[in-house]
Parts: sequence; C-alpha cells; structure tokens
Amino acid sequence: MSSTPEFIDAHEAQRLRGSPVRRREDRPLLTGDAQYTDDISREDLLHLAFTRSHHAHARVEAIDTSAAEAMEGVVAVYTAADVAASGVTGEVPPVWLLPELKTPPYPMLARERVRFQGQPVAAVVAERRYLAADAADAIDVTYEKLDAVTSPGAATTEGAPQLHEEAPNNVAAEWEIGDREDTDAAFDRADHTVELDLVNQRLLPTAMEPRAVLAEYNASTEKATVHMSTQCPHLHRRFFCEMLDFPEHRMRVVAPDVGGGFGSKDSAHPDEALTIWAALQLERPVKWVATRTEGYASTGHGRGHETHAEMALSDDGDILAIRVHTDGDLGGYVSTFGALNPTWGYAPMLPGQYAMEAMHCTVTEAFTNAVPTEPYRGAGRPEASYVIERLVHLAAKEVGMDPADLRRRNYIPSDEFPYETTAGYLYDSGDYEKPLDRALELVGYDDLRARQAELRAEGRYLGIGISSYVESCGYGPSEIVGQIGGQLGLWETGVVRFHPSGKVTVFCGTSGHGQGHQTTYAQIVADELGVDFDDVDVVEGDTDEVPMGMGTYGSRSVTVGGAAVLTSARKAVEKARQIAAHQLEVATEDLEFESGEFSVTGAPDRAIHIQEVARQAYLAHDLPEGLEPGLEEESFYDPENLVYPFGVHVVVVEVDADTGELSFEKYVAVDDCGEQINPKIVEGQVHGAIAQGLGQGRFEGVVYDESGNLVTGSMQDYAVPKAHQLPHFETDHTVTPCPHNPLGVKGVGEAGTIAAPQAVVNAVCDALSPLGVDHIDMPVTDEAVWQAMNRAAATDGGAE
Amino acid sequence: MTTHDITLTVNGTAHDLTVESRTLLVHALRDDLGHTGTNVGCETSMCGACTVLVDDEAVKSCTLLAAACDGSEVQTVESLVDGGELHPLQEAFAQEHGLQCGFCTPGMLMTSLDLLAHDPDPSREEIREALEGNLCRCTGYQNIVNAVERAAQTMRAATDGGDRGGD
Ligand code: FES
Ligand code: FES
Repeated sequence: MSSTPEFIDAHEAQRLRGSPVRRREDRPLLTGDAQYTDDISREDLLHLAFTRSHHAHARVEAIDTSAAEAMEGVVAVYTAADVAASGVTGEVPPVWLLPELKTPPYPMLARERVRFQGQPVAAVVAERRYLAADAADAIDVTYEKLDAVTSPGAATTEGAPQLHEEAPNNVAAEWEIGDREDTDAAFDRADHTVELDLVNQRLLPTAMEPRAVLAEYNASTEKATVHMSTQCPHLHRRFFCEMLDFPEHRMRVVAPDVGGGFGSKDSAHPDEALTIWAALQLERPVKWVATRTEGYASTGHGRGHETHAEMALSDDGDILAIRVHTDGDLGGYVSTFGALNPTWGYAPMLPGQYAMEAMHCTVTEAFTNAVPTEPYRGAGRPEASYVIERLVHLAAKEVGMDPADLRRRNYIPSDEFPYETTAGYLYDSGDYEKPLDRALELVGYDDLRARQAELRAEGRYLGIGISSYVESCGYGPSEIVGQIGGQLGLWETGVVRFHPSGKVTVFCGTSGHGQGHQTTYAQIVADELGVDFDDVDVVEGDTDEVPMGMGTYGSRSVTVGGAAVLTSARKAVEKARQIAAHQLEVATEDLEFESGEFSVTGAPDRAIHIQEVARQAYLAHDLPEGLEPGLEEESFYDPENLVYPFGVHVVVVEVDADTGELSFEKYVAVDDCGEQINPKIVEGQVHGAIAQGLGQGRFEGVVYDESGNLVTGSMQDYAVPKAHQLPHFETDHTVTPCPHNPLGVKGVGEAGTIAAPQAVVNAVCDALSPLGVDHIDMPVTDEAVWQAMNRAAATDGGAE
Repeated sequence: MTTHDITLTVNGTAHDLTVESRTLLVHALRDDLGHTGTNVGCETSMCGACTVLVDDEAVKSCTLLAAACDGSEVQTVESLVDGGELHPLQEAFAQEHGLQCGFCTPGMLMTSLDLLAHDPDPSREEIREALEGNLCRCTGYQNIVNAVERAAQTMRAATDGGDRGGD
C-alpha cells in the first residue's frame, strides 16, 4: 500500500518541517466565518453589472443606455466613451512580451468592435444587486455582425475573418526554440518516425468562487482599497494602477478568503479594473461579482493548442529528436500572461524526461474570436507533457517495445544532473527510474499486462496508461524571466517580525487560496526559530501589510516564498545571536543555537532563549554597539534556477467493447517534489490536481459553435468532474531534493494536472490498440471512445 | 415590483423580512440576514455551494425563492458549531483534509449532514453518489469521502454510546 499521511497536531511533531501538521486555516472555512469577497459589505454599497457582447465578432454601432439610466436606483451607466472622457487608457497590460508580439489594445469596455462573446461593452452601477442586472439587460447595443473564427489553426489560414488590423492573418507572434538543422539531421538518420496531430482543448478553470471585486475610494485620504478574489494582490495593484493611471502607493489590494484560483485569478481582467474605476468615479464602494455564466464567458480560459508533432527514433528505441509545430490560441486579445503559455511556458518542456540529440519547435500565436487565454494550472507544461508522452506511447508501439521500457531506456540518467536539455533548460536534479519502479509496483504492472492479454482473448479491453512527467516551476530567477520576455521580477518577499512578547508574525508576498500557506510557512519559521508553532502567525494577501510580493501561481509559493521566509528567519537568528552574545558576554562563535536557545559552548546553563532576546531587542537598553533595536528581518529571495519536480502516474481503464463506456480501475501517482514540508497538504495538492487533469482527459472542454457562441457557457454544459466520476487515487512519493533551494523543495501544485491527461489517453489507446486506435483527442468521453472504435472498425472493414 | 412579508426561521431564530418575489433564498440569507457562510458558485443548482437544510432537507438555496420558504426552518453551516465545539462532520473534514479553499465546504457539510441523517452508515460509493450535486474543484473528493466516512463512524459511536447510556 502507498502511504497516506494522517494529520497530527503541531505539538505532536518532533520536527515541524516534514510533518503532516493539521491545517490552521480550516476552522473559519468550516464554520462559515470565512470572508470571501462577496461576503464583505459596506453601508453605502453599490452593485455593478456588465452588458456583455452576445456576438463573437461584431462592430459596435450604437449603444442606447437611456432605458437603463431611467430606472430608479441606477446610479451610473458607463460605456467606452465615459472611460475615454475620464482620461485613463484602461487597457489590460500584457506583461509577457515576445519579440515582435502584436499587442492591440484590450480595453476595459469594448470600443468600436467586440472580439469575443462575453466581452464587456457597458456597465451599470445601481443601488441593488438585482437592479444592476436588470439595468444591464436594458442596455440596447446595435451591432453589425462579422464572421468569427475560434480555432487558432483556422484563424491563420487564408480568408479567415481578421480581428486586428495590426496583426495580419491573425498572427500575434511567430516564435521558435531549438535547433532546426540538428533536428532535421536526426530525422534524416532515424530508423523510425512517428507523428501525430493533436488538440489540447481549451478549458474553463472553474474556481468554485467566481471572480469578485469590492472597490472603495476615500476622497479625503485619496486612497483606494480593493478587496478581490486574487492570487497576487501586489501584481493586481500594479496592473490596475497602470490601467487607471492611479498612484500605486495609494492603492491597497487585499485578498480576503479566496475560493480557488488555478491561475485564473492571477491575471488582470477588464471587468475588475472597470469596477475599481467606477468606485473612483463615484467615490462610493462598488461591488461586482461574476455570475458563473459571466465568469465562463470572460475569465481567462486555459490551454488551446493545435499541434503537429513528430519523433525520430533508432531501431533499438533511442529517441533521437522531436519536431513540433503548435498553433497557440490567444483568443481575442493578448491577455496579461497570454503570450507566455504557448511559448516559454510550453516548448522548453517538450523533451520531458528524455535525453535526446535535438529538438525544434515553432509556435504561431493566433488571435481568435474567443475569450483570451491565460495561465491555467500548469500553464504550458501540461500541453508539453501531453505531446511528448503521446509520442512516446506511439513510439513504443512503432519499435515494438513495452512503453515502460522505452521510457526507462531514454530517461536522463540520474548521475547526469544538473542536466542541460536540448531545449536549453537546466534540470536541477532527478532520479526518474525510482518513481517509475514504484508506480509499476503499486499498480502491479506485470500482472496487469498478463491480465490484459487474457481479457483481450475474451474480447475485453483493458488499458494501461503511463505518464512520466517533469515540469518547470517555481519561477524566477528574475534575470531569466527578463530574458524570456517577462515584464516582472519573480523573486519573493518574506518578513519575520518578532514582537516584544516573543511572538512572531511572518509576512509573505505569495497569496494562498486553499494551499494551506498559513500552516506551511508557520512550520518552516517555527522550526527555524525554535519557537512554538502557535507562536507564529502568518500574513499574506494585503499590499498594505506585506511589503511587496509576486503572488501564488506556478507552484512558486513554497519554493520561492517559503525560501524567502526561511531566509528571513535565518537572518533574525543571526541578529539575535549578536544580542545574545553581547548579553552573555561571549563571542558569537561561542554560541550554539538549538530549539530556540542560544547557549555558550561548554557551558549550557549560560543560555538565553530567542524570545527573550526579542524582548531585549525592543527594550534596547543593552544592545551591542551600533546594532539597531528591534528584531525583524526582510528578504527578497530570487531563486537560482527554476525547480523541476517529476513523477510517474499510471491509470488502468476498461473500455466496454459494445458501448465505449470507460471505467477507471486504478489510479496510481508517484510524485517527487523534493522535500515535503507538510506531506498531508502535498497529498491534497496531488489529489486536486489529478482531478483537474482527469477532468481534461475525460470530461472537460470548451466548445464554441461556428458563429463563436460559447456552447459550454454554464455548469449545465461544462463537465467539471463530480465525486462519483473519479477513481480512488493511490499516491506515493520519492524524494530527490532540489539542490539549489534552501528547503530542498520543488513545486507540487500542478503535477497531477500535468500527468493525468495523457495517462488517460494513453490508457484508452492502449486498451483499443487491438483495433488499431492510435489517438483520440481529449476529452475522451464515452462517446468519443465509441466513435473511435466505430471508425477503427470501418477502416478495418474497408481494408479487407 | 411585488414584495412579500415572510418569516424565516434560520438556525433557530425567527426573522420577519420583506423580499421581492424573485429574491432567491440564498440572497435573502446572505444579503438580508447576513448569513454569509452559505456560498454562491453557479446560481443554477449545479455546484451545491449554496446547499442548506430547509425543513431538514438539503436543498440548493440558489434555485429556491425566499417567498416560497415562508414559515420554513432553515439550517445553515453557521448552526453546526455547538458551544464552540466543531460538529463531528466539521472535525472530520479538518482531520481528513477534506477542504482546501473551503468555498464548497459549507454545501458539502450540509449535504453530508442530510445524508447521514438518512443513512448513518453509507458505503464509499453511496457517499460519492450523494455528493454528486456538490462540486469541489480543489480536493479531488477523495478526502471528502474519507471525511464523511469518518464522521459517520464518530456519529454512530456517539449514538451507540448514548443508547447504552440510556439502558
Ligand atoms: S450556487 Fe446553488 S448550486 Fe451552485
Ligand atoms: S475546497 Fe475549494 S472547491 Fe472544494
């Protein structure tokens, strides 16, 4: 059996780091005391609602707001003209720039043209929630409808509807990585090649709490306060101040309790900025809460790749090279981070866990009449891992090897780390065979293969899908981020503040929304300082309290934020050491520090606890000369490199030979995220991510019709997995510490989302291999399986 | 705009309030009565975040009109803590890590409460089926199922113990 950690109380832990300490954030979430943005109210609160485009692509000819304005209780009605009159540009700033990227303006309210269904065209502010919605409905917009295109491949072919004058053929950017010549040469030499056209479908992130903003402006102090459902308050502050030409030092952004994000709450959206703008105009609190349908039609979607991929192999199963072209879907505009996902977020990870001679990837980023894409859990890495793992599956079949053996043969050997890949990334550490061995053992691989053969003889289709992944996460370092187009640094801040009482408050620039940071950071700091877990409090998500920050996404919280708070804790110990040495009248080198106590080497009863040192530091009656009073340390931690967690997931499915119905038999996940701070929280992250990965593999997918109408516009139509649709997850881990991170940690939040989709598709293709099914695009619904089986039968029949 | 004067008894306290015909129960609870523990995730009875008990039955308060609940007893997540002690279900969710962001949690708790009231010893499959109308995007459900199982055990043990005590 794999290990399932049980939560323990902090006082039961020998050492906090590494122990499954029970989450301290749970109580308010369980009792209803939590405060999500929509739970916050103000006496003179106004409600905002949007009129959104019904069309995917149209010219806005006229907007009649008179009916809405005439409604009693409507305070204001806004269109793009009002925004322009206020003097702000109000355009969403793209913060990931590629060379020659076209960035046509993405305004808060549509100007002369709408480019996706759901784009905000007008806004209403009213005294009551329902009234605002009524008034938004009463706004009459006259459109001249234009042809729409929602596939990135189709958008860049001749004759497609054109979205932006500045981007001919809807091409926002052409981009490439790798070595074309070396790759071509490897293909020329290859004994075998396999190739594949595949789609990595658009997804709706679907945080359970829709996006929400409550903005206020105090004219006397000239300060704006924004409570919003955000993953990165400081970044949002920066984006909004830029959009609204508002002084950054007078805006406070607070993330109260946040009901999930998955990447969708790290970007700036036009509607959020407009809500703040309205509060500034009216000088009254304004709240906007997305309905679910509104959220689906406007919150950044994920993924959206159409890809052609090839792999070259030698006769004995060595991977020589891969060649990939992707049409990446940006949607109607370049969103905040949109340009990153199909390029730097994706392509460098295409080689996966495999040593190969060469790779080459070209990407066309395309404008389409769809919601702009943004990062969604994994953001590029799932798409990359999907491509390489689908190719490996086909390659094994082509060269006649077991897929596990082919993987093992091509893994980067564990003694070659740090390893520079052919895409130019430096993998920090890895031992890829270990999770493979463990996963195969847990799933009972050899027996399964035998059973598969027996069942096949009976006409039953069992399938085993393997997925080996490595991901890059924990962004920065900032210098690299700058080199690859990021208009931001990706360091993180941590502050450790002792109070005179000896209690501690930790501030971090990350911003948790379900990941248990309060617990994890307290574990790290309490251990390092040798103080009680309960003596450490953690504050995140408030730009007035936390000096600066970059937020939570890309599994960077513990890897970068955790390292920042650790660094500050170490600095605090060093300052405390100076005070302790002074008071004990010894040299600092003569002091040992353990469990919070500074003691003189060889004279252990001459000792002082760090919490007493804190008291002395604030009393400041007797400090070493030149040392400032107080005990508080801050760091800006900029990592040395990305981190590269890895693992192997295996899923076993059975496909009903008559109906195509698919049932999960087993799901095994063995992940290696280096050291674990809280194994129970790690397990929770793995479970949730697998569920989302299986969601993509099996159920979820954005559907637009030919006119660009969002068919999957509500939870009625978009298939978020339900409790009875998911298998039991068996999880285990190996530990390969990250060599450059002071905690030895790698990220884990995205692992399952990256690993699960291809595990499913590989399993189904494995099940149906007797029928000659090589590929099925996601989501692999029962219907898709049934159709693939029928197609295979038909082709087979035709050949005979 | 037609309004109705209604009485809602929420967690044991009766409230008289005036609502529009179209006011949803969840908005009456949240906006009019300040019980913000119950969350809104979809407004289409798909996600279950808004689940409360109305006259002891789990219902989705986003698709129920407040006016239709005139005279009803409503129980929300805020009622579960007893004298500062977490309810066995809440305790089990915490112990099993059955929540991450917590947004779905009030609805999960109320649905589970209803389940255990009707079936004190459900199988894991039955728990998964019962939670079909409650979406969680964070946990993958497994730990929620564990939590409901654990709570069922605790609650059964308490009832058994109570019975024995009464003998
Ligand atoms: S909000 Fe009621 S079911 Fe989703
Ligand atoms: S805990 Fe976040 S949705 Fe369930």
